[in-house]
Amino acid sequence: MCITCGCSPEDHHHDHDHDHHHDHTHDHGHQHSHNHGETETARKVAVETDILSKNNRLARENRNLFFRKGVFVLNLVSSPGSGKTTILERTLRDLQQKFRFAVIEGDQQTDNDAVRIAATGVPVRQVNTGAGCHLDAHMVSHTLHEFELDSLDILLIENVGNLVCPASFDLGENHKVVVLSVTEGEDKPLKYPAMFHNADVMLLNKVDLLPHVDFDAEKCKEMARKVNPDILIFDVSSKTGEGMEAWYQWLASGTRKG
Amino acid sequence: MHELSLTQGVVDICESSAGGRRVTAVVLQIGELSSVVPEAVEFCFEACSRGTLLEGARLIIEQIPARGRCGDCSTEFPLRSYYNSCPSCAGHRVTIISGEELRVKEMEVD
Repeated sequence: MCITCGCSPEDHHHDHDHDHHHDHTHDHGHQHSHNHGETETARKVAVETDILSKNNRLARENRNLFFRKGVFVLNLVSSPGSGKTTILERTLRDLQQKFRFAVIEGDQQTDNDAVRIAATGVPVRQVNTGAGCHLDAHMVSHTLHEFELDSLDILLIENVGNLVCPASFDLGENHKVVVLSVTEGEDKPLKYPAMFHNADVMLLNKVDLLPHVDFDAEKCKEMARKVNPDILIFDVSSKTGEGMEAWYQWLASGTRKG
Repeated sequence: MHELSLTQGVVDICESSAGGRRVTAVVLQIGELSSVVPEAVEFCFEACSRGTLLEGARLIIEQIPARGRCGDCSTEFPLRSYYNSCPSCAGHRVTIISGEELRVKEMEVD
């Protein structure tokens, strides 16, 4: 079992030593039954535990590790097809002389995106979630030992394309960055408010297509700010490079070099 | 379907608090803004609890109403969504004070 998260060998086939903080019976080595302070008749047990407490604990550990290693970490979220991978490819090609990057790619199946990222020369790991609709802090923590964190400036995590579930799962990132493309509905911020509420940055992508689509960019931004008055918005085109410079400046400002 | 992993979390939390006893009922608190569908949790619970101390337990879900506080005029009001503005001053700077809960409140054991 893993020391960080307590996951079992059946989950991950790791055979190293572990501390054991789940699922054992509390008989404390003696035979009589007792109810941990409750009376024999009281059968109610107060639990008062956040369902996400395990994920949040692991996310906190990831975050502490990133802080110690001086790595700036972003969690990119969007619906499928918004252009997350293309944004990453362009960002990596334009900035990899300046910063040392690594990428975690989350998808239900295939390593297609990891292959695209690997072509830029940046270290990348693919996480396939199978039936899972989001990355969680546990999956990320198990990927981290495959990177030289000491020699990284920026870790970019591309989450599973999904505007609902990834909103609930903290990975330990510095910021969630939500990508919305102008080929989608401009009211996505209102339809999927939790994601836009939890993100610090929004990249409005494919703005080169604005003349050809029925998308009111200002209206979209107004809706995003309704859900999250503090959200920082960059208009970008990962295809033409338009607007990418402002995004790069923001990215640089989050690193220790910035 | 993140309800599946959340429900697995419920089962793990209850088993570790049950001290080996059979769990007969579980009470969850789910906030209205939590993006969690109670029916989906009920659906997943049957599958996740099978073969555990929770098998056959009743699942009781308490929905927690969403409330916000206006950052401009401090009015507290019920929220229907993340983007409701303040009914007093129409401000959008709203702090959510309840409605995002995802909690195992209590359980009953044998």
